[in-house]
Amino acid sequence: MSDILAKYGPLAARRQALLGSGGRDPFQLRIDRLLSPTRALIDGRETILLGTNNYLGLTFDPEAIEAGREALARFGTGTTGSRIANGTYGLHRELEQAFARFLDRRDCIVFTTGYQANLGMIAGLAGPRDTILVDADSHASIYDGCRLSGARVIRFRHNDAEDLDRRLARLERPEDGAVLVVVEGLYSMLGDVAPLAELVEVKRRHGAFLLVDEAHSFGVYGAHGRGLAEHCGVEAEVDFVAGTFSKSLGAVGGFGASDHPHFGLLRYAARPYMFTASPSPATMASVLRILARIEAEPELRTRLWANAHRLHAGLRELGFSLGAEPSPVAAVVLADERQAVWAWNLLLEHGVYVNLALPPGTPGRRSLLRASVSAAHTPAEIDAALARFAEVARRLTAAT
Amino acid sequence: MSERAAILETVVAILREQCPEAGEIGPESDLVADLAIDSAAAMDLVMEVEDRYDLDIPLNELADLRTVGDLVELVARHLEGRQG
Repeated sequence: MSDILAKYGPLAARRQALLGSGGRDPFQLRIDRLLSPTRALIDGRETILLGTNNYLGLTFDPEAIEAGREALARFGTGTTGSRIANGTYGLHRELEQAFARFLDRRDCIVFTTGYQANLGMIAGLAGPRDTILVDADSHASIYDGCRLSGARVIRFRHNDAEDLDRRLARLERPEDGAVLVVVEGLYSMLGDVAPLAELVEVKRRHGAFLLVDEAHSFGVYGAHGRGLAEHCGVEAEVDFVAGTFSKSLGAVGGFGASDHPHFGLLRYAARPYMFTASPSPATMASVLRILARIEAEPELRTRLWANAHRLHAGLRELGFSLGAEPSPVAAVVLADERQAVWAWNLLLEHGVYVNLALPPGTPGRRSLLRASVSAAHTPAEIDAALARFAEVARRLTAAT
Repeated sequence: MSERAAILETVVAILREQCPEAGEIGPESDLVADLAIDSAAAMDLVMEVEDRYDLDIPLNELADLRTVGDLVELVARHLEGRQG
């Protein structure tokens, strides 16, 4: 009988090769202490955090921390139950109502993590008689949700409305089956955005439903921060929206929202909602506070976008190839995995943390240094990080 | 040329573009072991094949895909289904 973990032999070999090139495991990085939303101690060194998805920089908001502390004291450390048993507190309903109001949707459901929000939304909406058309570059949680649904799943070319149109046109539909199109707002690896106006036109023509995952675009796009659909003026055509608390909202959790009159039935059908403990009271309380700040302070987005443009322009000036037009995510495309690991280590040794993203988790099998900015970065921090990137560029040029 | 032989020729041509350094490619070639095609690359390969034949192969059907021959069989089945 073979070892149950023997199948991971190639993975172990690849990990060994990664360690060999830098000595540090990029996927087991330990942050020793957070100094602020943009600074941390790593290996005893003060490091600029440029890869946290903390887009609005609100993780240390004093009122959110105080609200979380108060909820801890009043409701305890955890709910010890699922939403359908003893895990729904007034706070959970209050937050759902606050989201529904903010998003201008009839109803909202809160999930325990962003991953589970996509799982719960997709597997709750689609079933074995249905078909899901999924953007090729979708996040793993979307693919996993598709699998959990039991629906027939067809992948269309990333951000390609014509390809979606072609595939919808040749679809054979059982009479009792619906079609769900799933896309993201801002794609987190390359920092590109979905052409929502075009996608909406196609889905409308084919009578499909549309779910947009605004995980990375909520709080970032739109006049009110509701996401890319608001920015594109197509919210009324988006049937379902999903999102996470772990980016702009600075916590852990997720949500789904809709105007569909029967959307609430997902509470009785979506397994990732039903069979997991509900989010902690402290999380609910802090997110309520952060949501109010997003609503009241559009200047947070103004600062975020100024930083995004500063970083993007600086990286372009240094000659780096970037994954997309300016957005809060700037993906530096490097030649191969080895070069990316080397550059990632060099930046870290010089006090800058970015995300290392390698195939197969990246579009087009590219090796990326994924930087993301926050409203909390100062221009001086962005410039300091760019100075370190300049050192990477200098050494790359010297090596060729 | 039989339909399956023609599909094999097309699939091998696509694989030659995607894996220029691969040695001989035949129906028995293992996608992972011989061609270093992981799960994400396999989905991209299938997308290329879908475009050539103007068909959709649901992801649900890729779980048992191991060899080039498996892919040829999958495409042939879909083409037959379309004709039938």
